[in-house]
Amino acid sequence: MTRVRLPATAVAGIVILVAIVLFALLADAIAPRSPEAQRLVERLDPPAWAGGVHGYVLGTDHLGRDILSRVIYGSRVSLTVGLAGVALSGAVGVTLGLAAGYLGRRWDAVIMRIADVQQAIPSLVLAIAVVAVLRPSIVNLIVVLAVTAWVSFARVVRSEVLSLRESLFVEAARVVGARDLRIVARHILPNTAASIIVIASLMIANMILFEASLSFLGLGVPPPTPSWGRMVFEGLEYVSTAWWVPLFPGVAVMLTVLGTNLLGDWLRDALDPRQRGR
Amino acid sequence: MTYLFQRLAQGILVLLGVTTIVFGLTFLSGDPAVTLAPLNTTREELELFRQRMGLDRPVPVQYADFIASAVQGDFGESFRYHEPAMGVVLERVPATLRLTVVAILFSLLVSVPLGVLAAVHHNGPIDAIARFLALLGQSVPSFLLGIVLILVFAVGLRWLPSSGGAGWQSLILPGITVGGFSAALLTRVLRSSLIEALGQEYVRTAYAKGLSRRAVVLRHALRNAALPFVTLLGLQVGFLLSGAIVAETIFSYPGMGRLAVEAIATKDIPVVQAFVTVAAAIVVLVNLGVDLAYRAIDPRIRLS
Repeated sequence: MTRVRLPATAVAGIVILVAIVLFALLADAIAPRSPEAQRLVERLDPPAWAGGVHGYVLGTDHLGRDILSRVIYGSRVSLTVGLAGVALSGAVGVTLGLAAGYLGRRWDAVIMRIADVQQAIPSLVLAIAVVAVLRPSIVNLIVVLAVTAWVSFARVVRSEVLSLRESLFVEAARVVGARDLRIVARHILPNTAASIIVIASLMIANMILFEASLSFLGLGVPPPTPSWGRMVFEGLEYVSTAWWVPLFPGVAVMLTVLGTNLLGDWLRDALDPRQRGR
Repeated sequence: MTYLFQRLAQGILVLLGVTTIVFGLTFLSGDPAVTLAPLNTTREELELFRQRMGLDRPVPVQYADFIASAVQGDFGESFRYHEPAMGVVLERVPATLRLTVVAILFSLLVSVPLGVLAAVHHNGPIDAIARFLALLGQSVPSFLLGIVLILVFAVGLRWLPSSGGAGWQSLILPGITVGGFSAALLTRVLRSSLIEALGQEYVRTAYAKGLSRRAVVLRHALRNAALPFVTLLGLQVGFLLSGAIVAETIFSYPGMGRLAVEAIATKDIPVVQAFVTVAAAIVVLVNLGVDLAYRAIDPRIRLS
């Protein structure tokens, strides 16, 4: 048995992510209050350790809702959208990347030109445009994220396929008489898995940041569902008098992204030795 | 010259694709008349609107008409400002560009010294600090950075304004907010490409010639490490424009990002369409510029 030695940073990333996943799964059991319960008499109460009189750990917002409970429930939207967004954009991007790389010629030209056009539009700009015509909902949000992110998957998979296509084992499979679909599924796709995992891990962090930014602009999951970005947006108005309202949900986003980045960096180092120690 | 021509043609094709997407957007909801009509439109008004805007014509005709107008910068009239939508957006472009320039300056001021120091002291304490800062910078959402900056420099120290667009002071906090992520990313890239450059043969040769460490790092290694750095800087424009939308909202800064967010709230679709096109045009132009600069920096590319 070889023992896998994890660096401290990767362990920290895993601890953060496990905690947040537990928050999302067990929110009903962990959260001290309902995330939507309002107590106007206790509005804008500071955290208990910063002069709060009503005993809220992270204080209350402008409607007297418990910020801790809302932060705990908010993890659900972030994780759902992040994971689903990566899964969808990964599925689309990998398929198109395989098609462009393996089929080549016209397929390659068309798919890569679409990718060029796509990349000329900044992701948040495109998202704004799509949300402007569709009503914001969690499904629309995931679709928007997938539309803006598939290119990263497609480009990397395509470039890997271009070299794999010429390799000896693919030629051997072709000589034996394997069909294209079988060659792609059994011989090419597994060899691109490492790159796909690395991009996916980095994209999750991007997606979570992106969802939070959209929610912050009021274009994310509609209220009353608690989402971190929207909480920051609603708290912005009170930033000079009640700093805890926008600060804690923002910190929650940061910790989630930090955990994902720590884990993603380690994965990249582990799967791509050329990048080690950089 | 042929290369420049090729790249220009490519850029124009990309922009044509972008306008096609912008046109297609109105069909996402199923009925472009519903998408384009102002809020609170009754059913009778909708039919009138459809005829007046020519939305009852065949789609290919509408498309040709849209592209023909778009090429001339005509995206229709803003429902809110009752002015040409393109003019409304272009009016706000300089403010956003100022913000973006401050953001780039900030990210360069942070990333170049930090990246060089980290690479020179590879695996030392300075390197560890730089890596940590870079990781943190890539994880902080820009709205959190903006809020912390407001709390420290506007609410706490009262040094800088927390909102508005008057004077150079109002550019600093939003500029840092926009540039924070790029500063972190550029630090990482400069550090790793400089570490790689410092391990090359020509660096050993330079040392062997008796050059000082300073000369070797700044004159030889940094020049070679600059290439991926410049490429990435060009690719940052899209990120910076996205970041500007968030920062303009936090700091109530009168740029085109805030205009677009407001346009959504009032369902001013022509302004959104003009905004997407202008943003893409900026990205295409900057990348064209970076591409040309790249060829100027690297003689290997110029020769081939």
